[in-house]
Amino acid sequence: MLYRENGQFKTSYKADQQIFPIAQDKALVLAMIAFAFVVVPMVAPEYLFRAILIPFLILALAALGLNILVGYCGQISLGTGGFMAVGAYAAYNLMVRIDGMPLIVAILLGGVFATLVGVVFGIPSLRIKGLYLAVATLAAQFFTDWAFLRIKWLTNNSASGSVSMSNLNVLGWTIDSPADKYLFCLGFLVVFGLIAKNLVRSHIGREWMAIRDMDVAAAVIGIRPVYAKLTAFAVSSFIVGVAGALWGFVHLGAWEPAAFNIDRSFQLLFMVIIGGLGSIMGSFFGAAFIVVLPIVLDNLPHWFDIPIDTALASHMTFMIFGSLIVFFLIAEPHGLARLWSIAKEKLRLWPFPH
Amino acid sequence: MGFFLETLIGGLMTGMLYSLVALGFVLIFKASGVFNFAQGAMVLFAALAMARFAEWIPHWMGLESKLVANVLGFVAAMLVMIALAWLVEKLVLGKLVNQEGVTLLMATLGITYFLDGFGQTIFGSDIYKIDVGMPKEPLFLFDKVFPGGILVGQEDLVAAVVAAALVAALAAFFQYTGTGRALRAVADDHQAAQSIGIPLNRIWVIVWSVAGFVALVAGIIWGSKLGVQFSLSLVALKALPVVILGGLTSVPGAIIGGLLIGVGEKLSEVFIGPYFGGGIEIWFAYVLALGFLLVRPQGLFGEKIIDRV
Repeated sequence: MLYRENGQFKTSYKADQQIFPIAQDKALVLAMIAFAFVVVPMVAPEYLFRAILIPFLILALAALGLNILVGYCGQISLGTGGFMAVGAYAAYNLMVRIDGMPLIVAILLGGVFATLVGVVFGIPSLRIKGLYLAVATLAAQFFTDWAFLRIKWLTNNSASGSVSMSNLNVLGWTIDSPADKYLFCLGFLVVFGLIAKNLVRSHIGREWMAIRDMDVAAAVIGIRPVYAKLTAFAVSSFIVGVAGALWGFVHLGAWEPAAFNIDRSFQLLFMVIIGGLGSIMGSFFGAAFIVVLPIVLDNLPHWFDIPIDTALASHMTFMIFGSLIVFFLIAEPHGLARLWSIAKEKLRLWPFPH
Repeated sequence: MGFFLETLIGGLMTGMLYSLVALGFVLIFKASGVFNFAQGAMVLFAALAMARFAEWIPHWMGLESKLVANVLGFVAAMLVMIALAWLVEKLVLGKLVNQEGVTLLMATLGITYFLDGFGQTIFGSDIYKIDVGMPKEPLFLFDKVFPGGILVGQEDLVAAVVAAALVAALAAFFQYTGTGRALRAVADDHQAAQSIGIPLNRIWVIVWSVAGFVALVAGIIWGSKLGVQFSLSLVALKALPVVILGGLTSVPGAIIGGLLIGVGEKLSEVFIGPYFGGGIEIWFAYVLALGFLLVRPQGLFGEKIIDRV
């Protein structure tokens, strides 16, 4: 009932290949974006911005970047936190060392630096595959952790790499209230979401997917593995680097290398897997799930007035988090995005399934 | 020269311990194709169980002897690890048959979180001691040859001997027992093994139990060195480059990889580290493994990876 595409005939290839070929889909997504831009900043309380919405937007962006690498190109990376750190510290250095550096340019250039580092650490993917590569990418993680902790020049000589960034403004718009920060991040997410969606539908995206499905076969039919893998690393690290810069500048304000440690990498990989590999939508679902779940778990005892020891509560959170991850992998190995598409299919025919 | 040898021996000892953890990875990967990220959590869990049972059981039964307490603690911890292996097979891996490697890896990460929380919930989250009576005093060797001799920790020596014994025992188990033969068959080819009547599920329980046993031994050795605490589970991160350097499917690879990484790490920290501001052992092992994999993508002793279309 909700979905009826009857009568929506496409008369050109262009019309047939748009992102949302069904009119209802398009209207729904546009309405959601409008809602996110207009209504949410007016009604949401400050806690919601700080604890949920801003982390969600930034981590969704990072998950989107990671999904391009893992989900579309099939190269498992455990070094995402490191690439985020490169983005954040590069943008920080640009802001601090160059007078009058515009914020957005600094953040984008942070992404460019992350791209360079990502490509360097992506070169081994040409020889190393699968789980070996996953462990090898940990090298990127530990190396960047160490570099920002020990090499003073990279962090503008601040002690143990802890830096801070305030007075964010873009063309006279000062970003200080939570609603401003939210809008700033949302803008980035929407733009990069659109770019990513179009990239994966283009020829380069199809090359990535061919490499993912079987790289030898892809090479045989004339896809250059070097080019495809390195572009996937480049695009992915760029988006991840931008997300890292946002995470440092907008969400944290002051941070140290530990903000981008290996737990961050795992967290992002969880988002991608639980959300759905090879799905832009899945990155959003996964990010929402992983951001909201710990907060819900933390607050559960308060809501039900169960007196519980804080140490025990944090251990219980670990346990429940772990079990839920296993549960989700068993229940739906293809992620929340698959559930979403099943639901959509069902809704198209509901209530007359035949 | 004396200092160099001291560093070298120190590295070898640490490397032996890395090998122990790496061995757990290799065992499980060989038999079930699962890259078991939870190995570090298992080390911590086993060590916690051992430490606490060795404390609780004498308390409950009114025993005095430390030896009996340790033996009972060891047995209890081993039973816990077997139960864990059974549960993991029943509740997690049995339901994820035929999934991709990444999904399985993520599932073991879930198990890691669970075990970290669960272990600290039931066993407590303080720092506990395991005292199995390992000698603590350092030894001075070759003091005739070098001025001052070479300083070697006795507990490191004991640990290395235990690790070597364990490896020999495992090798014998794999080579000469019926179960070991079945394990090797499963490692070679799941489907073929199943078709000649080897029960896959039971094999997986056994292999996770063996990995649990290895984790327990590693936990006891590390635990009596450093105390049983949360950071023990991070040892796994040190063992990862060992596994890929040695090859995911090779037991000798885990041993030699461990020794190489242990030595490389110590030597680099002492002789190269100061030029870079120190602390390079965090990533040195990974970069070493990475550089090595560029030349041999399957690791030192891994099976050659052949791609067919």
